[in-house]
Amino acid sequence: MTDVSVPVTTKKDWSSDQEVRWCPGCGDYSILTAVQMLMPELGVRRENTVFVSGIGCAARLPYYMNTYGMHGIHGRAPAIATGLAVTRPDLDVWVITGDGDALSIGGNHLIHALRRNVNLTILLFNNQIYGLTKGQYSPTSEVGKVTKSTPFGSVDTPFNPISLALGAEATFVARTHDMDRKHMMETFRRAHAHKGAAFVEIYQNCNVFNDGAFEQITGRENRASQLIPLVHGEPIRFGAEQEMGVRLDGQGRAQIVRVADVGEEHILVHDEAREEPGLAFTLSRLARGPHEPTPIGVFRAVERPDYGAALQQQLVEAQERKGPGDLKALLSSGATWQV
Amino acid sequence: MTDTTARPIKELDHVVIRFAGDSGDGMQLTGDRFTSASAVFGNDLSTMPDFPAEIRAPAGTLAGVSAFQVNISDHDILTPGDEPDVLVAMNPAALKANVGDLPRGGTLIVNSDTFDERSLTKAGYAASPLGDGSLDAFTVYEVPMTSLTIEATKEAGAKPRDAERSKNFFALGLLTWMYTRPEEPTLQWITERFASKPVVAASNTLAFKAGHAFGETAELFSNAYEVRPADLAPGEYTSITGNVALAWGLIAAAHLAKLPLFLGSYPITPASDILHELSKHKNFGVRTLQAEDEIAGVGAALGAAFGGQLACTTTSGPGVDLKAETIGLAISLELPLLIIDIQRGGPSTGLPTKTEQSDLLLAMYGRHGESPLPIVAAKTPSHCFETAIEAARIALKYRTPVILLSDGYLANGSEPWKLPNAEELADISVPFATEPNHEGEFWPYLRDPETLARPWAIPGTPGLEHRVGGIEKAEGTGNISYDPANHEAMTHIRAAKVAGIAKELPGVEVDHEDGADLLVLGWGSTYGAIGAAVRRVRARGQKVASAHLVHLNPFPLDLGEVLSRYRQVLIPEMNLGQLSRLIRAEFLVDAKSLTKVQGQPFRASEIENKILEMVSA
Ligand code: SF4
Repeated sequence: MTDVSVPVTTKKDWSSDQEVRWCPGCGDYSILTAVQMLMPELGVRRENTVFVSGIGCAARLPYYMNTYGMHGIHGRAPAIATGLAVTRPDLDVWVITGDGDALSIGGNHLIHALRRNVNLTILLFNNQIYGLTKGQYSPTSEVGKVTKSTPFGSVDTPFNPISLALGAEATFVARTHDMDRKHMMETFRRAHAHKGAAFVEIYQNCNVFNDGAFEQITGRENRASQLIPLVHGEPIRFGAEQEMGVRLDGQGRAQIVRVADVGEEHILVHDEAREEPGLAFTLSRLARGPHEPTPIGVFRAVERPDYGAALQQQLVEAQERKGPGDLKALLSSGATWQV
Repeated sequence: MTDTTARPIKELDHVVIRFAGDSGDGMQLTGDRFTSASAVFGNDLSTMPDFPAEIRAPAGTLAGVSAFQVNISDHDILTPGDEPDVLVAMNPAALKANVGDLPRGGTLIVNSDTFDERSLTKAGYAASPLGDGSLDAFTVYEVPMTSLTIEATKEAGAKPRDAERSKNFFALGLLTWMYTRPEEPTLQWITERFASKPVVAASNTLAFKAGHAFGETAELFSNAYEVRPADLAPGEYTSITGNVALAWGLIAAAHLAKLPLFLGSYPITPASDILHELSKHKNFGVRTLQAEDEIAGVGAALGAAFGGQLACTTTSGPGVDLKAETIGLAISLELPLLIIDIQRGGPSTGLPTKTEQSDLLLAMYGRHGESPLPIVAAKTPSHCFETAIEAARIALKYRTPVILLSDGYLANGSEPWKLPNAEELADISVPFATEPNHEGEFWPYLRDPETLARPWAIPGTPGLEHRVGGIEKAEGTGNISYDPANHEAMTHIRAAKVAGIAKELPGVEVDHEDGADLLVLGWGSTYGAIGAAVRRVRARGQKVASAHLVHLNPFPLDLGEVLSRYRQVLIPEMNLGQLSRLIRAEFLVDAKSLTKVQGQPFRASEIENKILEMVSA
């Protein structure tokens, strides 16, 4: 995929001259750095790269990229990006969104972009809170969450973004987190390489309104025992000594076990390319929240024609069949008569 | 031509026929075929379909009545006619729903087979109106169309239940004879349309011929009538509806702009036909996206506009409300975008299949903040073609969203259209930015001093990478700016850019008459009714002037001066006075409003009466 004519660039070339304005200590900084560091490695051109966002803290990211970009309106980025991506298949279109933006006000656009398999790389910064509006609970906040708008605790059941994306027929679904640049870069690289809609959930710390929401699993000392790396073709194991693993019980439920107790041969081997999304969905339900062992990595990566390419194909076929459009012929295509 | 030697032929200058029946009776099809045959014959014509909002309203009830009115004429006409001269009623409900519009002396043709007790009850008749004297004011022809159709189609081999469904072709054959239409186009059409269903094709053909023969031989009809071809300007003509003309106008606009066309749309009555039509023309490079909702339809269009397409969205009624937020973003981003609103009765779901002109103030003001945009309106079905091109021209030149207003009446109505010469349509292309514009940098909001348009730099252009967004931008650099003075300056610039379009608009075309001191000012689909009313008033020897606006924002520069020449101004509108409010506010003119919100267009007589009242006051 590397185009030798693409000029060599550095992170600096991909950074705009705008001052970054997130709260000091926000997880968004490390995500931005991961994106800016990844771009020179992708072999793509700045002018062919577009970042489209909605509204929210995450949505500011396009301003900081020295590429084309649009800071849109709340929830609508997948719709706007769909129009761009299907008409300009030559572009790399990224969607930057958050849990409120993508899963609340823009839920409809997200699921349809995934279903259609529009060629987009969608990065969802999940901080489980509304940051820009100063701290209301979001559609991923846990039940019981006390916020300004839920002083007695939230009674809403949250979305699991990975389960939602899988249910929406997404062809690429992954999770990463803001404390591990290497994992983020690797996940983003895979997402970018995917043809069609790629969905990445990023656990992101909002240190002002929801500090430490993911600390129990992403903290440096907790990761080994709490993050379950999904690696295609490998048994699903974790723990400092790889002593833990995931297996399917007799009912088809995913279960965390000690490898020594069940035997290595009974540990589930991860297959991200499985056509049938049921197993990926089961894995997405393994953790009920970011406070117990949670899978990260690529849940699903399958091939399906992308929407823009399929539409383009129809255009080509129509021109082959009917010849290029002729306005004069169109105007007289109905019953005509001479006066 | 048809042989009608058995009966004398009377010449008429025009005739208005209304076909009315149950939704399932195929009345739209019948009306449409009659229209096509008349068009080929060279008549001028104007049509108005009127169908229920329910897809399958209960059969035989008033709610389920579907009608199609056509006015055919030997001279140029402007409306589908106020009242029908002839009413074809296929069942009691159709009679009950429409007979009120038939003037005394009008002709009534009924399918007498359907006047049984059950159907009469469903229609709300206590006793049959046939023979009780209630229809004495009309010339009534009772024709047992159902039984004659079943009899005539026997040899085609259809089951009686199916054969009965050809009765609309019997009616069509009868009317074809009565009005001396050519038979050949319809017979050929039946063969082609039902090619895959030979039994249906045969039944319809037999029913049509039987209807024709019935007219020719039955003693019922004393005359056949002829409406001679109209004296239209020479050229090649086609019959076109507003929605198809609009779709073709968009294709033409993209061609003239040398850009690919993109439509993002969500199905909604009465705008969906534009989506259908454009979806057919992929060989023109047209991409259509049936979006997940109205918001996504316009959102995708805006994304496509950012990428350098001629982008549009089509909608109606509640759909326009939903798009408001994205239109506001387009105003802020200053990107070309077409929003096509086929107005229908509101508020809310309102009257989905009926016409109204009640979105003018919505188009003008229906967004938060100071958010002006240009508005154009089509005045006849075929005028939708050139209005689409004009909307695109403004959008591209000034990098602005433009709202194009059509309505249900124009969308579904049809008229003969003299085909424009495709080669003579003016180029509307604009250049993309390709070079830095400020000391080696690219400033996305550095404007053309003449038009105030900002440069359109599309992704893929090296060196012009830039970010746009809905937050207020600094004039010039386009960077985020919360500076109070800059926001005020940008607000004024956006307003001035739209207002400045007036400088290049043609002056108001006034149909003036010496001595007239009343000006009738209209916009949109009232064009035909106003024109007909003005003619009638003049025929009575009274003086009146008229003018019709295509550009509603900004107004033509000389509009204020034109208005000041008249002592009285009358503005007929299918709303509660929206243009008149704008005119009064803008020009301090005491314009009088004539309003109608019945889901039906104005009758010429309604406007005529108002004019007469005002000129004699
Ligand atoms: S409010 Fe939270 S998410 Fe937003 S910038 Fe501040 S720390 Fe980051």
